[in-house]
Amino acid sequence: MGLHAQIPLGEPVTAQAAHVAVRGLTRIFPGANGRPPLQALGPLDLDLAPGEFFSVVGPSGCGKSTLLDILAGLSPASAGSVTFEGKPVADTVPDGVGVVFQEDSSFPWLSVFDNAAFGLRRLKTPEAQLRPRVEEALALIGLSDFASAFPAQLSGGMRQRVCIARTLVMRPRLILLDEPFGALDQQTKLLMGDELLRLWRETGATILLITHSLDEAALLSDRIGVMSARPGRFIDVIETGWARDRDSRLAADPGFGAITARIWRQLREESLKAMRAAP
Amino acid sequence: MTRAGLLRTGIIAAALGALEAACRLGAIDRFSLSPPSEMATSALRILTSGEYTRDILVTFATVAGAALLSVVAGFALGVLLYRLPRLKRAADPFLASYYAVPSFIFYPLFIVLFGLNRWPLVAVAFVFAFVAMAIASVDGFLSVRPILLRTAASLRLTRMETLRHVILPAAAPYLFTGVKLTIVYAFIGVVAGEFILSGSGLGYRIAFAYQSFETATMYGLMLILICAVVTVNMLLWSHEKRLHARLTR
Ligand SMILES: Nc1ncnc2c1ncn2[C@@H]1O[C@H](COP(=O)(O)OP(=O)(O)OP(=O)(O)O)[C@@H](O)[C@H]1O
Ligand SMILES: [Mg+2]
Repeated sequence: MGLHAQIPLGEPVTAQAAHVAVRGLTRIFPGANGRPPLQALGPLDLDLAPGEFFSVVGPSGCGKSTLLDILAGLSPASAGSVTFEGKPVADTVPDGVGVVFQEDSSFPWLSVFDNAAFGLRRLKTPEAQLRPRVEEALALIGLSDFASAFPAQLSGGMRQRVCIARTLVMRPRLILLDEPFGALDQQTKLLMGDELLRLWRETGATILLITHSLDEAALLSDRIGVMSARPGRFIDVIETGWARDRDSRLAADPGFGAITARIWRQLREESLKAMRAAP
Repeated sequence: MTRAGLLRTGIIAAALGALEAACRLGAIDRFSLSPPSEMATSALRILTSGEYTRDILVTFATVAGAALLSVVAGFALGVLLYRLPRLKRAADPFLASYYAVPSFIFYPLFIVLFGLNRWPLVAVAFVFAFVAMAIASVDGFLSVRPILLRTAASLRLTRMETLRHVILPAAAPYLFTGVKLTIVYAFIGVVAGEFILSGSGLGYRIAFAYQSFETATMYGLMLILICAVVTVNMLLWSHEKRLHARLTR
């Protein structure tokens, strides 16, 4: 079912029409071996408009990955709710949601091509349809020349790109990305960001991107959610006001510096807190 | 040939040469040990005469049957233990001490149960082998990185698809080792059983030759057995090495 079946074009986005709606979301990990329970996240609220590019920044350990897991339906919330396209998310990953994890999750026994084709093959997509889609995804992440290589022959950053291709090839309507460019160098990171923006424009997908890079957040996003130290909550949500048709050349825009400065002002205090709290 | 391969061939050739010389020069009594060249001619004679062909085939068929049963049952038990962690925790002490019990003590029992035919041999080999496969399987399944299971869930795979397309290939190196061990154990089980009590098979023929002082025949048969087992293992080993090379840097 397409997005447009539910969200009439031209209508302003309300809480009902939000692509993703999060209310009072909290995650408490039960303490193992006599340790006290740990509140990792929330309570927090969040609405993502259809086709929005939303980034999350926050100090290490504040619960960003935990948030992504719950949004994806991969782990349960302790309290609160998540809805995706009007349906509650729980237990299973809904159709139309794609996830790229922070950790390398490429399948070592499959070639780059077969990794990227994995999801489509499970759906029994005919090989004639599958091939162009996989090739397109590999071109997008710049690994066309490595289609027959195995993950063990690639660098960490290349493997992460394989995982991105494996997710994008499914054409998800909501893409959850956890630090996907973490292992890339600055230049590749910028170019991959441009590719992601292009794909985002072409597919109309909603994107939630978790990143440690303030520049990346400032360049790519419509809105940026700044999280507090654990338990993570949004302490600021910054609207960038960028045009939909944008790319990394924005880095020269005077507005760009103002946004990163604002994120850093919010984040500095929280990062210090998180560092002091770290064992 | 690689350096290691050359060295290996050299060592084997030197050992055989030394043994040959020792036998020929009378340092080793002819009746206890034939020179390797005589073992080889005897093996060749055994193979060409056809006199032992039936026994050789019967032993291999029994080993193949027992190994197949062990792989299937061991794998199934592995899946069960993986799916039921509580059962696995209960079974862990038994699995850990399983090979402390010499399973050949059950051979007479199997003869009573099945009669004096090939089935007690299959049974004793099975009992000896299938647990190795079960342990290798469950260890393999548990070694799968959790992130790969999360990936499977994020791609909306069913339980069966996850097992078939993620857990099995991720655990493949372990499963392969399990199969290799199972075949070796099945060989040991069958041949040892034939040695103890049987009316046919390679093990029986070796024991028979020994008892009737047919030293040349005995060594010829032993050589055939050793060559067969080593060949099977080398094939599996080289396959395993190739598999490993692809998965790691
Ligand atoms: N399965 C778990 N059991 C117990 N505690 C957990 C578990 N997963 C995460 N935590 C804890 O929850 C907190 C948030 O973890 P999370 O991985 O969400 O942080 P993060 O913001 O993604 O950090 P980073 O930026 O370093 O990736 C951390 O303190 C972590 O130790
Ligand atoms: Mg994280």
